[in-house]
Amino acid sequence: MSAFTRSDTSVVGRWWWTVDRWSLAAIACLVGFGTLLALAASPAVAQRLGLDPFYFARRQFAVIPVAAVIVFAVSLMSPRTVRRLAVVGLVVSVALLVLTLIVGMEIKGARRWIDLGGFSLQPSEFVKPTFAVVCAWLLASGRTQEGFPGSLIALGLYLVVVALLIKQPDVGMTVVVTVVWFAQWFLAGLHMFWVALLLGGGIVGMVAAYLFLPHVTSRVDRFLDPSQGDTYQVTTSLEAFMNGGLFGRGPGEGRVKSLLPDAHADFVFAVAGEELGMLACLLILALFAFIVLRGLARVWHDNNLFVMLATAGLLVQFGLQVLINTGSSLSLIPAKGMTLPFISYGGSSLLAIALAMGMVLALTRRRYGQELA
Amino acid sequence: MGRVGFAANAARLDGDRKQVIETGRTRLMIAGAVFAAAFLAVALRLVDVALFSDSYEPRTARISADERMRTGRADIVDRNGVLLATSLETASLYANPRMVINPEQAAHRLAQTLPDVDAATTLAKLTSERSFVWIKRHLTPQQVHEVIKLGIPGLEFNREERRIYPLGSLAAHVLGYTDIDNKGLAGIELQHDEAMRTRAEPSRLSIDVRVQHVLENELADAIARHRAIGGAGIVLDADTGEIVGMASLPDFDPNRPNTIVEDVRFNRATLGVYEMGSTFKIFTTAMALDSGRVDLNGGYDATEPIRISRFVIRDFHAKRRWLSVPEIFMYSSNIASAKMAVDVGIANQRAFLARVGMLEASPVELPEVGAPLVPQRWREINAMTIAFGHGLAISPLQLVSGTAAIVNGGMLHAPTILKRDGPAHGVRVVSERTSERMRRLMRLVVEKGTGKAANAEGYLVGGKTGTAEKTLGRRYSKKALMSSFIGAFPMNKPRYVVYVMLDEPQGTKETHGYATGGWVAAPVVRKIVTRIAPMLGVAPVDEQAREVQERLMVNLNTVQAGVRRVAAH
Repeated sequence: MSAFTRSDTSVVGRWWWTVDRWSLAAIACLVGFGTLLALAASPAVAQRLGLDPFYFARRQFAVIPVAAVIVFAVSLMSPRTVRRLAVVGLVVSVALLVLTLIVGMEIKGARRWIDLGGFSLQPSEFVKPTFAVVCAWLLASGRTQEGFPGSLIALGLYLVVVALLIKQPDVGMTVVVTVVWFAQWFLAGLHMFWVALLLGGGIVGMVAAYLFLPHVTSRVDRFLDPSQGDTYQVTTSLEAFMNGGLFGRGPGEGRVKSLLPDAHADFVFAVAGEELGMLACLLILALFAFIVLRGLARVWHDNNLFVMLATAGLLVQFGLQVLINTGSSLSLIPAKGMTLPFISYGGSSLLAIALAMGMVLALTRRRYGQELA
Repeated sequence: MGRVGFAANAARLDGDRKQVIETGRTRLMIAGAVFAAAFLAVALRLVDVALFSDSYEPRTARISADERMRTGRADIVDRNGVLLATSLETASLYANPRMVINPEQAAHRLAQTLPDVDAATTLAKLTSERSFVWIKRHLTPQQVHEVIKLGIPGLEFNREERRIYPLGSLAAHVLGYTDIDNKGLAGIELQHDEAMRTRAEPSRLSIDVRVQHVLENELADAIARHRAIGGAGIVLDADTGEIVGMASLPDFDPNRPNTIVEDVRFNRATLGVYEMGSTFKIFTTAMALDSGRVDLNGGYDATEPIRISRFVIRDFHAKRRWLSVPEIFMYSSNIASAKMAVDVGIANQRAFLARVGMLEASPVELPEVGAPLVPQRWREINAMTIAFGHGLAISPLQLVSGTAAIVNGGMLHAPTILKRDGPAHGVRVVSERTSERMRRLMRLVVEKGTGKAANAEGYLVGGKTGTAEKTLGRRYSKKALMSSFIGAFPMNKPRYVVYVMLDEPQGTKETHGYATGGWVAAPVVRKIVTRIAPMLGVAPVDEQAREVQERLMVNLNTVQAGVRRVAAH
């Protein structure tokens, strides 16, 4: 590993000695698991759809190097560049988000994708990390610069983004964006009165979603009382974990992937449970938890509010996606479609996560005496 | 202000920023803790699901092979393991009318192939808008083959199971029956419905099919001979309370549930409650002896009928004199029995009858159990009529199980239709001594009294006749009788209690026109005992042997007591 000497002052050399190599290794492991599971899970799904067995695997493999490059390239950036990238990225992706409502492809009842000739892009995936960083900047500036109405701008931005997401509709994404936004406000020292009020509002919002959105109602009812309706996906998913046991049936030996429509995306954790077993799943969970907690620990020492808020926002988004995905597969929460970072199939999702983690790595690099105003 | 002010401002801002960073750090710890807890929860759930839940899919094929072997509903067998009810796999024919190309031709050819399929109704079904219609349920393998040979598209078979009762109507009321979907509708099929669906092991009844057959055979014979509208019979193990045979006629064939009408479904042995008549004097006499108010040497005056309110209590075989207790029992004196009950006391009578199970529905494991009709207020007139079996209606099974307790040494066992695994636990209701004296009295009835026709040579039958007038509307009818005999054998150590009841029997030339219990029911008990005793391992004895005589002899005390009574005046 000592390809770079301490005295190497080239860009890459400095990067190597300042970046969080442990998190980098964890991300590499996750990408490895993702590769393995893309090969294991997606052929069955592709075959069911009448496609070439390695259709999804090939597409994913085309994206993985791009993702790797993004992680590396973004992690080279300074916090200031990260912020600028985020601002530009947010503007572009919000514009694309508006575009989905006009020219978007309607898939399974929602307009979330834009066709880019052979590659369909999901702008909302890119909204998540860029919004988190921009919000962090606004909140940090509001705190540190007299007279700058950062909080108000952040609130307005939030309302615009959420309105667009609900319009699609995309409840899962809305929840993630909302939680990230709230977490950042909380870290930025939001008064406990507002914390309590917003938490209460969140609960009211969830109850309202249950009461007024029919598909949310049915999803939650089926979770609370499995005998009441169709719980095919969740039941099959649980069976997969049971069949897998401690060591799994071996890569490619599972059968849940041929039963579940989203085995390569939303239920990839169940495929892992069946084919690789419980211990491998625990390892995957540990890697995720490690990335989140180590990232949080690293910014704990940072004196820069923007860096703290941005990193925490990105990590909360990352961790929340993991928890929702694995929790759904294990029937710990009502089933909600959400990709498992680095592991689920999905080009937009993978690139967006690469962007997010690239930013996290950039922000958590050791900076000696550097300050970002 | 100038430079100083700016510096102060910057310092304040710096302090603020520190403050904000500190708050952020504290809250960052909270966020980290929440995440750690959430990841831990997911990990625990993962371990729970992967290792500690019951797998839907068995890991070995052994269990599923087992499942395939058994047909759905558990069997019913008798006490010796003879099959009484089982389930066979059959095929049922249904159609998807949308796929039938030529409904007219299909209906016509189906009607030709299957005997009870009608062409017109089938055509109506096949031209309906639905996508599923039953054509015929439960085809024989031969019929399935014939239908397949027709080659009509749109016809399908559904594997079903059908309940089969190999012995036909034998023990029909005990077994009950199921509907076309194998759901229990009566009898043990209903009582054990849930268990038979879920468990593989058969329900083992206390019934012995050989005894059951004799019981039904003799009962049917008697009903035919006396042109009765029905009848009931019970054979009960006196020491355990197990019902070895129980019949109610007319009965039905549970294999053909659609032919079962209300009338034949009625179980006279458990659901019907009747005023029992004189057989009830067993309890009156046992109560009086057990209370110590009177012994076998005592007696009551039966010279005059009792007039109470607007009723007159008379004797059927009136002797018009003082009668000793054995005579009262043997001649079945209503007058003396009524006096006996009043002598013991109204409250004591009620308590005693409750103790021998006369005031509550029988605890037997069948859904068809009748609750006794108990008078609301237990006045003197009630006490008197109940003493000779009127004014209190009970089911035959209650009478039989109570009688078993009186003769078996005094222990009451809950009657059961299921074979007992272990020893039966009874409740003492009368003393050994009372039981022993009651055995003598019941033997006396068969030897010298109204039950002579029940005397099965060598088996020491003892018992009591009963003839009750049925109430038609609000009056008792002289013509419509419930004639019964309850007996036990062998009387020196009773093993079984046998009960026969005929509903509205008619007299014949052989019975000189009589239709009373002693004439129509007692002979049936003799025939039954003669046939079942060898099956049940009861050996005949020499009735004239000295030790037998000694154990069952009763001193009637007529003259001596009469003299004593005269002397006392």
